[in-house]
Amino acid sequence: MGRANRPINGVSIRSTMSKQAKDDGVVLTEAQKRARRSRSIAIAVALAALVILFYVMTLVKGPMVLVRPI
Amino acid sequence: MSLTSEGADFRGRLAAGANPDLAEPSSASVGDYIALMKPRVMSLVVFTALVGLAVAPGSLHPLTGFTALLCIAVGAGAAGALNMWYDADIDAVMTRTARRPIPMGRVQPGEALAFGLTLAAFAVMVLGLLVNVLAAALLAFTVFYYVVVYTTWLKRSTPQNIVIGGAAGAFPPMIGWAAVTGSLSLEPVLLFMIIFFWTPPHFWALALYRIEDYARAGIPMLPVVAGDARTRLHIMLYTIVLVPLGIAPWALGYAGGLYGAVAVVTGAIMVVLSWQVLHERRPAERASRNLFAFSILYLFLLFATLLVERGWGGLIARLTA
Repeated sequence: MGRANRPINGVSIRSTMSKQAKDDGVVLTEAQKRARRSRSIAIAVALAALVILFYVMTLVKGPMVLVRPI
Repeated sequence: MSLTSEGADFRGRLAAGANPDLAEPSSASVGDYIALMKPRVMSLVVFTALVGLAVAPGSLHPLTGFTALLCIAVGAGAAGALNMWYDADIDAVMTRTARRPIPMGRVQPGEALAFGLTLAAFAVMVLGLLVNVLAAALLAFTVFYYVVVYTTWLKRSTPQNIVIGGAAGAFPPMIGWAAVTGSLSLEPVLLFMIIFFWTPPHFWALALYRIEDYARAGIPMLPVVAGDARTRLHIMLYTIVLVPLGIAPWALGYAGGLYGAVAVVTGAIMVVLSWQVLHERRPAERASRNLFAFSILYLFLLFATLLVERGWGGLIARLTA
């Protein structure tokens, strides 16, 4: 056993690395990455549109924006 | 893999207790999420809401009108997504719905649920904040009615599912009207009644030639439970109620001569087609298909004529004011 793999507190570096590889979790495929990116862009566009809508509607309504008759 | 075997596979996974949410990372595209919103249903909802909005008395800033329609569209889309989430098991075994994103495995049920709930909350909140509270309350009730009353309760428990559940599709003109006026009156209720009584003949005509699909999915549609002949009779009876309701806006002075003429002529065609359905015997199915197709045109013509006659001038005046 070399120095690099000397156990520290009873845990070897090699076993820690193999655990880390396991903890990497699910690795996305290229298609899944592309789909996730397109979904993220769609959410960003929707949120930006919502901000613009609220901004413009506030300009349109002026102080009346606070008046919401039933 | 055939549609039926895909459906059986989906049902099998559910029955085995497999959690589809934990299956694998999502590869759902933006298009899949748009499909979850039932864009074709949404377009009809937006159209009828636009008519309600355009014929309502009073003024509304064009941007406020646009916001109201956007919220109604998103609310309808949310209801569609929640419907697909709940009905994924029966969608999987029906030919007409087996290619929807959840049965095909492109969207996981949990994603559809979160998507639907988020959209519904945003649509109602924005409509309430930027338009008015009555319109928002009606939209919230419509989503609740479609998802909880129709989808989770009526659809699988009674052959009157689409009769009572059809109210959900009839609310949009009332929401459009409420967005402008902040109140309700007889006229939007009349528009509601037209769609309400239009829904059963429309869907039963479809169910007559999709009976195997509904039977396989275990949905108690009228043809499955009460039989073919009784369904045809019910279609005729509902059409007899629908046609006078279609003419009523003209008869009560809410619409002009053009609307009256369109309502009478198209109503007569509806009666003739329903009569043909009543006397049709299997395996022809042609009359049912004709009625189903024409019923869409019928509703569209009624509302489009109302829009042209009553609403178009008002809309142009509002846009140019």
